[in-house]
Amino acid sequence: MNTTLNATTEQLHLGAMGKKFTGVGVTLAVIGVGGTLALASSAGAETFWRAYLFAVSAAFAICLGGLFFTILQHIVRAGWSVTVRRTAEGLAANLKWMWILLVPMIVLVWGGNGHLLYEWADTDLVAHDYLLQKKAAYLNPTFWCIRMIAYGAIWAVLAKFFVGHSIAQDADGNVSRSSAMQMLAPIGIVLYALTQTFAAIDWIMSLQPTWFSTMFGVYYFAVSCTGCFATMIILLAVLKNGGKLGNAVNTEHFHDLGKMLFAFGVVFWAYIGFSQYMLIWYANIPVETGWFFPRQMGEYFYVSWILIIGHFMLPFVVLVSRWPKRFPGVIAAIATWMVLMFLVDVYWLVMPVVPTDALINSETNDALVAAVEAGEVSIGWNPHLIQLTAIAGVLGLVLAGWAFALRRCSLVPVRDPRLPEALAFENL
Amino acid sequence: MSTAPTPNDTLWGLAAVFDTPAKIMHAAKATRERGFRWFDCHTPFPVHGLDFAMGVSYTILPILVFFGGLTGTCLAIFLQTFTNSFELDIWALVPVVGYQFEVSGKPLISTPAFVPVAFELTVLLSALTTVFGMFVLNKLPCLYHPVLKSTQLKRITDDRFVLVIEAGDPEFVMEDATDFLRSLDPESIVELEA
Repeated sequence: MNTTLNATTEQLHLGAMGKKFTGVGVTLAVIGVGGTLALASSAGAETFWRAYLFAVSAAFAICLGGLFFTILQHIVRAGWSVTVRRTAEGLAANLKWMWILLVPMIVLVWGGNGHLLYEWADTDLVAHDYLLQKKAAYLNPTFWCIRMIAYGAIWAVLAKFFVGHSIAQDADGNVSRSSAMQMLAPIGIVLYALTQTFAAIDWIMSLQPTWFSTMFGVYYFAVSCTGCFATMIILLAVLKNGGKLGNAVNTEHFHDLGKMLFAFGVVFWAYIGFSQYMLIWYANIPVETGWFFPRQMGEYFYVSWILIIGHFMLPFVVLVSRWPKRFPGVIAAIATWMVLMFLVDVYWLVMPVVPTDALINSETNDALVAAVEAGEVSIGWNPHLIQLTAIAGVLGLVLAGWAFALRRCSLVPVRDPRLPEALAFENL
Repeated sequence: MSTAPTPNDTLWGLAAVFDTPAKIMHAAKATRERGFRWFDCHTPFPVHGLDFAMGVSYTILPILVFFGGLTGTCLAIFLQTFTNSFELDIWALVPVVGYQFEVSGKPLISTPAFVPVAFELTVLLSALTTVFGMFVLNKLPCLYHPVLKSTQLKRITDDRFVLVIEAGDPEFVMEDATDFLRSLDPESIVELEA
């Protein structure tokens, strides 16, 4: 049983590899952001803002997952995860600047052009819609912008606190920092849960303002767990492949991260997604079922099935057994697939549009499906290059931000009091 | 004439008592390399890597659990489909018809409604397979065991680590086994009665 860290200083720092990460990230970001801006005028404002929301929701999901993982380890005083925690902290550290991504949306909604993205921000529509008037106490541009500022601030503060103390501990080895983080972690997780839930409601659920689901916040949480754990596995596998980390991260840690991906990213995701679907399907109330109509018609029908099979069934069968999780190459390949599915899932959440008028006017479901397939009714199926450039740009920023956050500090919390526990960790 | 102790009907095995996990790890490895197969280690807490040192192969329990769970899923789908919608009046002597109740206008075979039951039965049968599979694979319940009978080995539940070689092992010869165990530098060697 080895409880001493056996890695050189070079192995514990990004060094030259950091430049590669930053290089890839910045290149992606420049191409992505540049492409998005270049395509913006030809794509039209509505397409642009949907693509922007898609990219922002995905990027925040990954980084919020990193914050959740970091806080959770302090709450449960976990030993095994100490050596992989810094990778999650690097993702969480992005939240210190990611409020900038919310600024364009705040400017849009505050400036009175919110109707390009959100129906509830359309004053003419609200004037004729009783339900939207009743919801205006919550869904109005001013309050929405205030909430966005609050989320950005709370996430930045949480990330600064947990990442800052952890990195500072590398230098001074002060155990009281661990105690302080453990003391405040429960408050942190409550703040995280509330802000993440309401952010999901404000960003994505309010795209269809008359629709509501009490499970939506948890669903977005499951989405963010998928994104975060899959990203962590890929980053660690790349670091390990580049000769970094020494004995700090080994098969056992990949095995456990694989379990987290399996539990949260596959099973929990399916559990929440299905629970949400089944309650709505069973009750069969028009105001609730509307959200699922565009998702089981036209092209989105196939996207939904891709998610059921590719995001749940296949990964379930592959990840349920022990051995795929114990080979970094295999688990990294599965994680790459899961990142892809995660992006499809966010796309599936953000893009479809409920054809409200057609839903009211159609005699039967078949007639509606026929109208959708004939192209007479739009359900928001609009694949556009701008969506690809937007997601590439934002993920490039996240990668570059991760490498920037870890540019000087150690890749492992080298003086965490529980480090020996993590090094000696074995799955029975 | 002969005075050397020989394996007899009452001897079940030889136990060597150690006082650290490191010693029993070494002892387990040496015992396996010496060619013994019928031996076991008793420790007050799980010692990581001891299974590997003893050469114990990985359990087949997960495979049993997978098929237990699969049985649960299939059983649940069959149960619900059958009771909701089945009609068997072609070849059966007595016509068998399911409870064909329409509930809130849903089809008789409504997959979403079947999923929670399928999920629960999968979990139930997986859990039962895990528990009872463990019992069977460990040959439990075991109401009598020679190691538990010995009053000299009581500290295996507290702070001693015991390696037991069974007399039934094909390699077991009393003198050799005693010498071998003594070479491992144990605290004491105990003869166990069957």
